[in-house]
Amino acid sequence: MSVLVDHNTRLVVQGITGNAGAFHTRQCIAYGTKVVAGVTPGKGGERFDECIPIFDTVAEAVNREGANVSMVFVPPPYAADSILEAIDCGVELIVCITEGIPVRDMIEVKDRLSRSRARLIGPNCPGIITPGQCKIGIMPGYIHQPGKVGIISRSGTLTYEAVWQLTSRGHGQSTCIGIGGDPIVGTRHIDAVKLFAEDPETEALILIGEIGGTDEEDAAAFIKDYVDKPVAAFIAGTTAPPGRRMGHAGAIVSGRSGTASGKIEALREAGIGVAPTPSEIAQTLLTVYNPA
Amino acid sequence: MLSRSLPTELVSGSTAVWPSGQPWERCDERRLSNASKRFMNIHEYQAKTLFEQFGIPVPKGRAIQAANEIDDALATFNEAGVVVKAQIHAGGRSKGTFVNGYQGGVHVVSTHGEAAAAARRMLGNTLVTHQTGPQGRNVRTIYFTEASAIEKEYYLAILLDRATSKPVIVASTEGGVDIEEVASTAPEKIIKVSIEPSLGLRPYQARQVAYGFGFKGDQNGAMVRLLSNLYRLFWEEDASLVEINPLISTPTGDICALDAKVSFDDNALYRHPEIEALRDLNEEDPKEVEAARFNLNYIALDGNIACLVNGAGLAMATMDIIKHFGGNPANFLDVGGGADEKQVTQAFTIILSDKNVRGILVNIFGGIMKCDTIATGIIEAAQAVGISVPLVVRLEGTNVETGRQLLGDSGLAINTADTLSDAARKIVSLAIK
Repeated sequence: MSVLVDHNTRLVVQGITGNAGAFHTRQCIAYGTKVVAGVTPGKGGERFDECIPIFDTVAEAVNREGANVSMVFVPPPYAADSILEAIDCGVELIVCITEGIPVRDMIEVKDRLSRSRARLIGPNCPGIITPGQCKIGIMPGYIHQPGKVGIISRSGTLTYEAVWQLTSRGHGQSTCIGIGGDPIVGTRHIDAVKLFAEDPETEALILIGEIGGTDEEDAAAFIKDYVDKPVAAFIAGTTAPPGRRMGHAGAIVSGRSGTASGKIEALREAGIGVAPTPSEIAQTLLTVYNPA
Repeated sequence: MLSRSLPTELVSGSTAVWPSGQPWERCDERRLSNASKRFMNIHEYQAKTLFEQFGIPVPKGRAIQAANEIDDALATFNEAGVVVKAQIHAGGRSKGTFVNGYQGGVHVVSTHGEAAAAARRMLGNTLVTHQTGPQGRNVRTIYFTEASAIEKEYYLAILLDRATSKPVIVASTEGGVDIEEVASTAPEKIIKVSIEPSLGLRPYQARQVAYGFGFKGDQNGAMVRLLSNLYRLFWEEDASLVEINPLISTPTGDICALDAKVSFDDNALYRHPEIEALRDLNEEDPKEVEAARFNLNYIALDGNIACLVNGAGLAMATMDIIKHFGGNPANFLDVGGGADEKQVTQAFTIILSDKNVRGILVNIFGGIMKCDTIATGIIEAAQAVGISVPLVVRLEGTNVETGRQLLGDSGLAINTADTLSDAARKIVSLAIK
């Protein structure tokens, strides 16, 4: 068991013929992900690496190859449009790796998402991986190992750090979700926590956050009330200079500041173990979680 | 009358891990992926010009960049009150002090002679405010505006509400003061209106704010128009924040924006070349500007331990752990996921141009980025620019063995570390020595 993706996932890659898209598609295939189609408008009828069919539209990829999950590698000016296309075609899960999508575009995407059944992960994220089954994104596959710890993170390489700490101590992961670092993301910490809370194979959780916004505080409040599984967390940005944080108007909107100390306090209050340094994330989890 | 604009920049949460030199080959806008900040700020006089284009009333104003333009500019004003405003991006101007001892970056004067004298003392001088840091900012532009008779001051802003992913209007009858203070002491005086992106700002919502301000009749209509225009500016120009503090009503019943602050979404600048042209590089750290040219995400800080990391989250976490062990980070530097040897060399050049640096910590978790690439980059940098301070390198991930081998064989004085905490401890003790 796992969350969102597994060996049944049938992946379509939007932007499969770009350099980044092609490179990472090959890495995903090498890991064992079932990539069933690619989409690049104007290149329909061609084949990627002489094997995977390329279509002009997502609709064709869904209808002809049964794609149910999409990975988006489309450049920022066109990425929002690609996500909207995938939503329209009934793709269940859209994983958008693209960095640099305008906020206004994401406001529109998020609005459309709220009126659909699709789930978006990202943008500006490393993707999602269920070790041993399916890798969708740009994370290095080999640092992972199948297991029972779920990981949710806003940051890419910091996730790898946590995964590696677990793997090198002999603990595997059920699924790792990189939710992305943008102000607007499809899946927030709290949404991912809910998925893991309901997954019987996930025994414990690691939550990695950053300064800004209040997603970590919201997740902490949910965990406090509804989650029995052991949780550890780390918040990056304790030393980030205050002048570079979001200004006053943002804090007024949320009523909270989004500072590292505020987040750490909220997490601790929810009974979550907070790692004092990024070197101690796995160690902190293992003080609250005793795997059988 | 006072400018109370505050910075709205946010440390980038970038997590991109692209293969080297390959982002967006179909989109020739390389700069799209190299924004070192999320927002671009503009000056008050630029914001007010934009306001005028969108039909938002502002006091009559003229900006000058040279002393010989002062008299011509002032000749366009009546001999009544004139406000002289130093143009820098930082807030707190009126309470600031110039390094030559002159007090205040905003002066209200009653004659053209006084206005010219104030402008001459400000122009070319460095203004220090609570937001500029001790080094201050050089004033290159002076903005003259007509002094306004103020009946009452209000606060008005539009920005993104991250919790709902929708634009929100924040307004208050308590303008001209620190709005954060109002929010904490008198939250009932804050009006918030959430806007449905697919519908836009509806007239009833604008009326909600106008009536909330107590405006009736023509003044109410003027406020509704002002707000509709402000939202149009926010949406069409991809602003991340528009803020008027204060918005004023006059004894004759007019309303206008006495100050104006607008920041733009860096990611959307590609579709607004006219806005991007307003960028003032003098307001940005030259090291940050240089870094952005090489696709490096760099932010200068005031400590003495430099760090070079891949990934924004890991870079922030590396700064945190340096501090945890008693050191002080000199910078935030995310080389991205796909830096090549040349970018690594460039990163070292930028780091070493900061004279405060007493040590460098390199922390790389190779995923897409390979450790041997980083190792080669470090060796090339050491040969090209010369690294005169202690260097600690922690490599993990893809091709780590090759990377460590390369560093070991290079004959350079490099301290290696196996874990992040080991690396942080080492660089702190070496840099403090």
